[in-house]
Order: sequence, then C-alpha cells, then structure tokens
Amino acid sequence: MIAADKPIRAADAKLLHVDAEGSVHHGLRTGLVKLLHRGDVVVANDAATLPASLHGVHERTGAPIEVRLAGRATSGMNTFVAVVFGAGDYRTRTEDRQLPPILVEGDVLALGPLQAVVVSLLEHPRLVSLRFTAPMAALWEGIAHHGRPIQYAHIGQKLELWDVWTAIAGPPVAYEAPSAGFALDWRTVAAMRDKGVKFATLTHAAGISSTGDPALDARLPFDEPYFIPETTAVAIDTARTANRRVVAIGTTVVRALEHAGRDGVIASGPGMANQRIGAADTLRIVDAIVSGTHEAGTSHHELLRAFVDDTTLRRADAELEARAYRTHEFGDSIFMERSLTRQVGMRSTGSWRRGGTAHYVERALAQVGGK
Amino acid sequence: MQQALQGLRVVVTGGTSGLRLALASALHDAGARVGFVARTRDRVAEVERLHGATVGVVGDVAVKQDIHKMVLQLLGRLGGVDVLINNASDLGPTPLALLGDTECEDFERALQTNVLAAFRLTKALLGSLTASAREGRGALVLNVSSDAAVNAYAGWGAYGASKAALAHLTKVWNEELASQGVRFLALDPGDMDTPMHAAAVPDADRASLKRPEAAAREFIAAMIDLLPQPIPSIAVSRRAS
Repeated sequence: MIAADKPIRAADAKLLHVDAEGSVHHGLRTGLVKLLHRGDVVVANDAATLPASLHGVHERTGAPIEVRLAGRATSGMNTFVAVVFGAGDYRTRTEDRQLPPILVEGDVLALGPLQAVVVSLLEHPRLVSLRFTAPMAALWEGIAHHGRPIQYAHIGQKLELWDVWTAIAGPPVAYEAPSAGFALDWRTVAAMRDKGVKFATLTHAAGISSTGDPALDARLPFDEPYFIPETTAVAIDTARTANRRVVAIGTTVVRALEHAGRDGVIASGPGMANQRIGAADTLRIVDAIVSGTHEAGTSHHELLRAFVDDTTLRRADAELEARAYRTHEFGDSIFMERSLTRQVGMRSTGSWRRGGTAHYVERALAQVGGK
Repeated sequence: MQQALQGLRVVVTGGTSGLRLALASALHDAGARVGFVARTRDRVAEVERLHGATVGVVGDVAVKQDIHKMVLQLLGRLGGVDVLINNASDLGPTPLALLGDTECEDFERALQTNVLAAFRLTKALLGSLTASAREGRGALVLNVSSDAAVNAYAGWGAYGASKAALAHLTKVWNEELASQGVRFLALDPGDMDTPMHAAAVPDADRASLKRPEAAAREFIAAMIDLLPQPIPSIAVSRRAS
C-alpha cells in the first residue's frame, strides 16, 4: 500500500469489500451505500479532534518539548495524560524523535499561553499526567489558539483543525481523528436515509494511534471514554431484533459498541472501553466495519481479525497491496463483513483488561466538555 | 417567560450591542445556555459579567481561519449546540452609499460577515446540530434577515444583496437538511433601535423604531414554535458541567 500524503477526501477513493463469505470485491467509496441494506443501522463516531499537540519549553532545563495530549485524567477537568517528545517536530518520524529531558513531578512546562505542571510520571519517560494552571475558559482558548492537530510525517503539509474534523464532528474529545469517518459526507448520509438505512452516532474519545515508542505503543490503545445516546442504543437494538446489520464506521465504534453491548444489549450512556479486540474475540454487536486500510501488526489491523479468519484477512491485504490502495488517515477504505464462520457461538470476548490505564484516564465523557 | 428553553444550548453571533444583547438576556431568562462570539475580550467579559453561565468566545466570524478555533471552544464548553443564531451583520459602507460609490472592499466585507460567516459557522456546527436532531432535541438555525433582502432600497445595495444571499442560503440549507431534522429560518426583526440602525440612518426618529427586546421575544417564540416541547434533557453525563 502507499501512504496517502495529502489531507483530502479523494473523490475517487477506493473501497475494498470483503463479503460475509470472504470474497473480495473492488469498488469506489462513493458506492458504499449500495452495500447497505434497508433496515441496517450505520453507527459513526462524531467526536471532533482536539488540537492536541502543544509545543513549548521545559522550564527547568530550557529544553524545547512537544506535548501530545492523550487522555483526560480522573483527578480533574484540567488534568491530562500526555506523551512528551523532545526537540523536533512532525517532519521527523515519531520513531526517531528525541526523548524529552528527564521529567520529575512538579516540573513546569510553558506551552504558549498555557502553563502545565507535571503531576506524576506514568511508568515511562515520555508518559506523564499534567495539570494545566488555567481555568477552563482560558484552557479552551489556549488549546484552540496554540494547539495544533497531531501531525504526521507522511503528510506533506501541516494539518489544520478543519483537515482533521470529519463532516459529522461534534464534541471535541478525540486526540487523533476518528479517520474512518472521513468516508462520510452529507450526500452519503442522505443516500442512507433514502434507502431506509438508519444513521446513528456515538461519541468516542479516540486516543493517539502511535507514539513511535515500542514500549508505549504496546500499551495502546489506552482506555477510552465513550457516550452512547439513548436513540442510538434503541436504533441498534431495533436493527438486531429485526435481524438487520449493525455497521460500524471505524474501529473506535466497534470498541465502544462491543464494550457497551458486552451483556448482549447495548447500554446507553457513558462508558469506558478498556478492552482489546482481536482474533480470539467473538463480536456480539457489530456485523460489519467501514475502516481505513491498516498495516499488519497495528491494533486496528488486529481488530479486523475478529471479523474474518486470517486466511481471508491475508487475501484482503494482498489485494490492497496489489491494487495500490492508499493507507493512513486520508487513504482508501474497506467494508468488511463479519464472516459467516465467525458468527457461530456467543463466546464472551476474551481480553478485558482490569486496571490498566483506567485509574488515570477519566471514567466517562461526563467531564470532557466542562466549563 | 417561563423556562421554556431550559437546557437549550444556543450560540449567537454578533457584537454585544443591539439585538444580540437583547437575545442573550431573553435566552438566559428562558433557561437556555448561551454561547456567543464577539471580536474583543472586553465585550466578552462584559456579557459574561451580566449573565454568569454565559460562554463567551473571542473571535471574528468574518475571518475564515478563526471559525474552527471559536467552534472548538463553544463545543468544548457547551458540550454541543442545538440552536445557532447568525446575527452578526455588516452594513457595507457607512455612511450608506449608492452602489456606484461603494468600495469593493466594503461590499466584500458585508459578504464575508453576512453570507460566508453564516455558511462556515453552520457547516462547522452541522455535526452537533444533526446530533441534537437525532437525539430528539430538535435543531434550528436562525439567520437574521432584513426587508432590504426583499426590497430594493437605494443606498442599501451591499447590505441588501448580502442579506438576499443569506435568505436564499437559508432556504437551500433547509431543503437539504430538513430530512435530518435540522430546520433553517430567516427572520427579519424589522427596523430596530440599535447602534447599527443609527449608523445607517443617523437622523431616524428613534421612538418610531422597534425595541430590540421585542424582536428578541419574537425569536424566542419562533424557537418554542419550531423545537420539541418540552425539550428532552441532555443525559447527565453529556452535559457540560
């Protein structure tokens, strides 16, 4: 696959379709609605993306740093979990970025108009809990004006906020874009309605996808808070009762729905997705996924193993490679139906983590928007 | 008025004078949570002092690059938006000028504020507005119009043409999004006794002009008419604290 290096939603974007029998078909993303059936419910993540990258200075040493906000802490509205990089910017691959100066509790970070204090270290030299000193209004203003979306070395230009907001972006709670949602535009949403396909949303605070640091990346995805509106829960339960499909736009939606539906029925309201999903897991709620194309070994790719067996996944990957699909946030898409062979049995999903990052990432979106 | 708009999240654009001030007070009295944008920090602070729970954001709606910065703060602090009132208006040349005497830059500024700002802000808030509609709270965009959008008055060319464009934009938005539950309405508040009217018609008899408070009441009535009653509460966990 080749990297999509411009932040545009290409009009001729491709869509690889893996059907329930494991057959692979090629099409255009504009044809997505043709693959949906009357009565299906399509669920998307309406989180808007925060400008979560803040450049500044580590005051004790004067060293330049970049802070990437990665989650909100339970201990207060202005406290975040963050990944800290040393000198440099997005033009350097994250794998090659320097470590920050050695951080200790109480260190002050000057981040443009904002000031943050290191509250605690989180078992890694890059991972800290930070408390901003500004009151909420000034914090939002400071993040809006000084923050930049987390940038990618493979994108040739600087990403602006409007580049990383999907058409349906609402609550600003994601740290990186829920990029499968770039497949949606209002024409597509209207076409779903015309076809009798129900469109619904949830809000899932998508965290950072990669830090370039193997030890940290092994801990991803962090626990992520989500919120499922009552109307969305009802739409899903209605579709399932009628034997219609639940189609998730993106891995974050799969993660939220499988967490909220772990007892077989979707619970509306706030929750904290703390599970990993992979080959060992049986999906209880989601029947198909629309996603970007992902490389083997990433947590996104791992999640696809819950939809199809490895032989099918390898065949799909080979097709993506052979037809030069574009990968990464602004690339082409896949529509993958859960294979018939993965629909038998209702074995409980296997990799629920206890503890983990839950103690320092907030419990719910409840606090995300506070003033 | 009773708390007919309890919990409704309303964003209003425009300075801190005239209709916007009257709207902020009326919305506040009706129980709504108001977010507003103004160009200077002093004006924001002034309104936040008047109405404690009001969320004020500094920015210029006519500047394209400011839109997402403002929307980020509004959504972050309000948690979402149910109603957008595009009230910010630019007269074009002041004093008013015949079209032949109108500087291109003055016309462009009127279009930026009266047409493009309303378009951009609506587009950036569409995710939140449609979410409110799907969740049964209703969603509404009110665009402040003028009879100059309909009638040709000498000297009102830049303003009238821009308001006519806004009125048409409103209709097309409504055509495209009514099926998603978002309603769009252009409202003409009439000739009001505001600083803007004074700039346009300095020698007007102020006593003959409508009070902005009366216009604000009409806006509230339109909202009550077009939104579900009572407005379903936002789930506790989604509400900004």
